Amino acid sequence: MSVLVLADHDLAKLSDATARAVSAAGQLGGAVHVLVAGSGIADVAAEAAAIAGIAKVLVADSETLADAPVEALTALIETLIGDYTHVLGIAGAVGRDVLPRLAARRGIQPVTDITTILAPDRFVRPVYAGNAFETVQSAQDTQILSVRASSFAPAGEGGAAEIVSVSVPETAGLARFVAAHRTESDAPDLQTASIVVSGGVALGSRENFRMIEELAALLGAAVGATRAAVDAGYAPNDWQVGQTGKVVAPDLYIGIGISGALQHQAGMLGAKKIVAINTDAEAPLMKLADFAYLGDLFEAVPALIAALKG
Amino acid sequence: MKILVAVKRVIDHNVRLRVRPDGSGVETAGVRMSMNPFCKNAMEEAARLKQAGTADEVVAVSIGPAKANDVLLTALAMGADRAILIETDAEVETLGVARLLKAVVEEEKPDLILMGKQAVDGDNNHTGQMLAGLLDWPQATFASAVAIEDGSVRVMREVDYGQSEHLLPLPAVVTADLRLNTPRNTALPAVMAARKKPLAVRPVAEFGVDIAPRLVVEKVEPPPPRPEGTALGSLDELVLTVRTLASGEALS
Repeated sequence: MSVLVLADHDLAKLSDATARAVSAAGQLGGAVHVLVAGSGIADVAAEAAAIAGIAKVLVADSETLADAPVEALTALIETLIGDYTHVLGIAGAVGRDVLPRLAARRGIQPVTDITTILAPDRFVRPVYAGNAFETVQSAQDTQILSVRASSFAPAGEGGAAEIVSVSVPETAGLARFVAAHRTESDAPDLQTASIVVSGGVALGSRENFRMIEELAALLGAAVGATRAAVDAGYAPNDWQVGQTGKVVAPDLYIGIGISGALQHQAGMLGAKKIVAINTDAEAPLMKLADFAYLGDLFEAVPALIAALKG
Repeated sequence: MKILVAVKRVIDHNVRLRVRPDGSGVETAGVRMSMNPFCKNAMEEAARLKQAGTADEVVAVSIGPAKANDVLLTALAMGADRAILIETDAEVETLGVARLLKAVVEEEKPDLILMGKQAVDGDNNHTGQMLAGLLDWPQATFASAVAIEDGSVRVMREVDYGQSEHLLPLPAVVTADLRLNTPRNTALPAVMAARKKPLAVRPVAEFGVDIAPRLVVEKVEPPPPRPEGTALGSLDELVLTVRTLASGEALS
């Protein structure tokens, strides 16, 4: 048995999710190799090699891989997959893009968004926006899997894996990458943050939403938002928490002015403690919360900010 | 230009879900069904491209039981010209769906395939990518904007760091995110007109595609219940609670 883990990175730095994917891979048993694909990624490869529990880091360094092009990444993994019983990625934008394409080409049914690994061929994954969890068994010879980073603890450090480079196949990728439109933010990574402060449409404006960002900064927290807040333009799309956005499982989730539709809950039900602030006691998030404050967010948030500054 | 739109019939996303007590699955008997929300975005985008004169023909396809013709009637009412139902009572996994759609693509030869990025039942987010992989076509997933330009489609995608912009030569597969558009509500005249549009019902066996399931669903369970919450009676209590929780001290 052997597992190929797809590293997640932004060419400069390995994401926190990668160490979590490695710990998930460790639960499958067998040797764990990590594939770092990109351009100018020697530092990222060195970071990956320091994660505990990895036998080997495969580096595919090519300008053609700089922008995570799905066609080229799929072709690359197709050249490597023969050596592995499992290919495991993270259920983020790249993993979701690449793994199903790869699986179909290999005639494999993928199992994605895994929250629990029961055995090398048995997995638990949420369905229906987290309102149900299914246990599936897959008798396939090769498994193509993705895990929810927030469901697995990160693997430790102190590893010294061998780093080897792999050749990048010549692919006539058809799609052309035009531009990246990045959200500039100093906040920690949403999917792996230990505290998340989220705001809903009740904030009322982009300006008011900055209160959420200020509170988050004081707590060292990541910033989240509901779909309605993103639709209204108060927050960028990559802050969206929910069934169709990011899934978080922090130690503390503070939901401010959020009614808590099922689709939002799907993204944060894994939080250890939930604090809700809302003027509507009947809001689903108020009922779900471990601690519910019934009151005006425009009083509560400034009070929290003042107290934390003081 | 010809557009193929794949649509799925799912439990309506506003229905409070019930997991069967015996763990055999989710209760669907007597539950309201409708078109998967993301498929509606895909269908809406196709309808707009047709209205704008960019597309000449829009074909909607669905896979499911005879009753799934209701979502195809919705697609026809939204603006599809004709529809195909691949009829099966079996649960078809995403690989099987992608293989069936590939067979339809080989018959229909569309220039653009629009699909939802995920269905809100299985939440898989697979099928568009799988179909593109089988066809060896370019793909753009999680689209929030789509524009046809001279034999290509320009797509804005919602990704982990914000948005990424791509130019794909046609033919291509694009999967819709919810911010792509606001799907129209269909008025009665459109619904009546839809009933006169062609809707071909074809048994799954006709396609000769291997759709045997690869996975065994052992059980389906509801999520674990969360403990009862505590009401915080004052701003001081709120501040204290947030401070304590944020410092990592356990609050019981």
